[in-house]
Amino acid sequence: MKEKPDVLQGTLALMVLKTLDVLGAQHGWGIARRIEQISGDLLAVNQGTLYPLLLKLEHEGSIASDWGASENNRRARFYRLTGAGRKQLQAETREWEQTAAIIARFFKVKAEDLT
Amino acid sequence: MKSLRRFFIRLSNLTTRRSAGQRLQEELAEHLAFQTEENLRAGMSPIEARRQAALKFGAAQAIRESYHAEQSLPFFENLLHDVRYAVRMLLRSPGFSFIAIATMALGIGATTAIYSVIDATLQHPLPYPNPGELVRVEDDLPGVGAQGVGISVPEWRDLESSGIFQSASITGTGANVNLTGSTQPLRLSFKQVTPNYFAVLGVDAQLGRTFDPHDATPGYNLEVVISDGLWRREFGADPHILGKALRLDNDVYHVVGVMPRGFRDQGSTSEEQNVELWLGAGFAGLPFDPPQRGFRLQSRAVLARLKPGLSLAAAQGHLDALVASLKKLYPAEYPAQTAWTVRLIPLSETVVGSVRQSLILLFGAVGLVLLISCVNVANLLLARASGRSREIAVRQALGAQRTRLIRQFLAESLLLFLLGGIAGFAILFGTGHFLLRLIPETLPHLNNISINWGVLAFALAVSVAAGTVFGLAPAWLMSRFDLIGTLRQEGRGSIGSPGRSRARQILVISELAISLVLMVAAGLLLRSFWDLFQVQPGFNPERVMAIQTWLPGPNDPTADSYQTATQESVLLREILRRSRTLPGVEEAAISDVDALPLGHSHPGRLPLLREGIETMDNQAPVIGSPIVSPEYFHLLGMPLLRGRLFSDQDLEDTPQVAVINQAAARTYWPNQNPLGKRVRLRLETRGLLSSAKPAWTTIVGVIADARTESLADAAIPQIYRSVYQRPAKDLAIFLRGQLDPSAISAQVREQVQSIDPELPVFHAETLNEVVSTSLSVRRFSMEMVAFFAATALLLAGLGIYGTISYVVNEQKREIAIRLALGAQRGNILKMVLSRGLGLAAAGAGLGVAGALIVSHLMAGLLYGVSPRDLPTFAGVTLVFTTVALAASYIPALRAMRFDPVTTLHSD
Repeated sequence: MKEKPDVLQGTLALMVLKTLDVLGAQHGWGIARRIEQISGDLLAVNQGTLYPLLLKLEHEGSIASDWGASENNRRARFYRLTGAGRKQLQAETREWEQTAAIIARFFKVKAEDLT
Repeated sequence: MKSLRRFFIRLSNLTTRRSAGQRLQEELAEHLAFQTEENLRAGMSPIEARRQAALKFGAAQAIRESYHAEQSLPFFENLLHDVRYAVRMLLRSPGFSFIAIATMALGIGATTAIYSVIDATLQHPLPYPNPGELVRVEDDLPGVGAQGVGISVPEWRDLESSGIFQSASITGTGANVNLTGSTQPLRLSFKQVTPNYFAVLGVDAQLGRTFDPHDATPGYNLEVVISDGLWRREFGADPHILGKALRLDNDVYHVVGVMPRGFRDQGSTSEEQNVELWLGAGFAGLPFDPPQRGFRLQSRAVLARLKPGLSLAAAQGHLDALVASLKKLYPAEYPAQTAWTVRLIPLSETVVGSVRQSLILLFGAVGLVLLISCVNVANLLLARASGRSREIAVRQALGAQRTRLIRQFLAESLLLFLLGGIAGFAILFGTGHFLLRLIPETLPHLNNISINWGVLAFALAVSVAAGTVFGLAPAWLMSRFDLIGTLRQEGRGSIGSPGRSRARQILVISELAISLVLMVAAGLLLRSFWDLFQVQPGFNPERVMAIQTWLPGPNDPTADSYQTATQESVLLREILRRSRTLPGVEEAAISDVDALPLGHSHPGRLPLLREGIETMDNQAPVIGSPIVSPEYFHLLGMPLLRGRLFSDQDLEDTPQVAVINQAAARTYWPNQNPLGKRVRLRLETRGLLSSAKPAWTTIVGVIADARTESLADAAIPQIYRSVYQRPAKDLAIFLRGQLDPSAISAQVREQVQSIDPELPVFHAETLNEVVSTSLSVRRFSMEMVAFFAATALLLAGLGIYGTISYVVNEQKREIAIRLALGAQRGNILKMVLSRGLGLAAAGAGLGVAGALIVSHLMAGLLYGVSPRDLPTFAGVTLVFTTVALAASYIPALRAMRFDPVTTLHSD
């Protein structure tokens, strides 16, 4: 069985922020599951990276967390986006799109275009 | 911004030891539960669902660790752990810790003490803005062997307009003045300065003003600026002091300003720095002589501030050009054979130049002591490492990284060094007042020495630097470990790593070498000092006291009641007559302060014009010219060699006569009979304003040389004149006999003031005190270096003792086996001793080589002893070898007494 690739370092933060932006408050497992689902189960989220990352984002003030109850009434810690986090998401999205566009242009280029 | 916020949260987590472990635990449990539920929904059996969830989840411990690392600051956390561990280790072996900390306290404390002196003297010598621009300008006449002859007023004006300086001022070098009007006449130290003096220094008054720099009064402008100290002491910090009239040497001056509290005049001695009055003067009108290009006075210094951005070398270049053009312009004033030059000296150099060498020597010596202390502690650390080899091996076996081990050992040594440094500083801080009293009063800026934050920072920096350097090596050696070998050997008497014992031997050898260097330095200084102390000064200071007085010299010579020698002689004869009646007095004499042996820092020198040889002041060599009463030579026991001494019949209206010393006869009349030769001396012309050349003075006697200028200088030419022919203002009264030093001052004052109540009487001291004070800086550096050398020897002795004990301990088994096989105990003793002797020999070889270099560097501080003095080197090496042998003997004795049976069984 071929192993699923881990989420690329550095992009996980962006995915977490985006997930929280789209879905609202979520618990850790929910975030991980969402990311895997959206990637079409092509990506695996490493829990050893996810939880320290959540803590880091919280320290940085991009997200906040509270205890709450899940849909099936289980006690869970919910993470939500803060104002600062939303701004950070916008900025990073812009940057990412720019980078992706540049890379895309490089892929499109053919030898005759450069002559 | 964000990362800063993150850092602070982590830092606060670290300090409050808040742990998110519980929260993570719950989150992880919940995560697993969610995954299990999902797996169940996907149709797995409950067991399988839980298994798959756990598999997907991964290693919980790894998650916890990286979570914890994010939560807190792992670097600091480890550091904290290391420090805590280090504290525990130190507490566990209190003996070791105490010795190590005490050693470092000694090393760092001593270094810091010397640093505080250097900090005050060499590093911040000038409390003025932009001190680098301040220079002293000195005239030299190398052609006639004269240095620092003083500058003439026209030359000063040339300097002012040369464009090299922002401004230049003339200052006196400090003199006495009488403040009368209060109950007791006061003798104060004053300086006459050109009105731009304070502008040159760049300091303003705290109350009132300083002089107007553009004031062009030719004589005294009758304004006085006073020091904060005088203002507080004599005037009770009167806020209405401005405008107050002070009667100084019978002239009335008005106070225009009070200098700030911290303001000190520049000068090379505390005495010179304690000037309390500044009088503004133009140096060109009464009572000064009319300005003439060739008229120089040694008591005048020029202090100037260079144009901003002008380097000293560039300024000197401009000045040389100016000198060359002046020589062309005034060929008659600057005869070629005198080779007139003008020299710029940084002001800081003139202030501390005299003690720089001694202080650098002390700092070097104390640096070596510090080095030895460090080496000793490093050695102790290494020795302890062998006791801890099992611990280190076990920790390595459990997976401790080498960098981690090094960091931990480093934390231990840093802690030791820092504690040592803090202890040293604390001791210094506590005993500072006591230690300051050991410092000779002649040291410049003595009053500025303080144990301050800068000094504390220095102590801490030295501790950290030393701890890092000398902790790293043992840490590195300790962590380099043959793991398997150690674990296997343990319990059977380890041999220890060869690297470590080599390192220890190198450390001990260097310690021994350094201590030998210090001992040689101390030995040489001790011999120099002893020679100086034992030198025959050529005069007899026993049972002699000198007491000073000062006759006022008013600006208007006609108002001076002691203007002529005849007028003054009435007073002097009466003082002498009354002094002889005082209890215990056998003999009395009077001289000017220049004749006070070893009692003055700036001997006055006058140009000596020999009949038929020199015709002008500026061609003439300069010579010391004390003024004495006829009884002076007998009282001080300076024997007459040829001719006669002064008599009571040598008076103002009889032919002028002089007595010279042998050195003057040798220097100025080689192979001739100086008796009957005639000379002229340029005179202190206060009160003698005619430009007529003074009359000829005939040499009537030659006395034996005496070391009246400096104990280190055998013969400096002197020409003595009689006080009954040449009046002097600064007087010293000499008394010989069974005197009571505590009472004599008051007795003399009573007698002098019953003749003239306006004369101050001050500064009573025995000549023995004067002689001893003149050696104070030398004595201080000698004592300090000797103390450092003794410390070094002690530390080195401990070092060699420790190393040999360690070697003996390591070879316990071997020795026991040898003994069991029938080795002679004497041979065992010899074997161990030869180890110690080998170390000592290597140390001595290196040390002698180092000492030769060091002793040549300090040749300038030596007197009468060669830097290669064989007895000193031999003696020191002997002491050194004895100590090394004694230190090895104790462990050797222990090795000899091993009982083979118990030793072999105990393992």
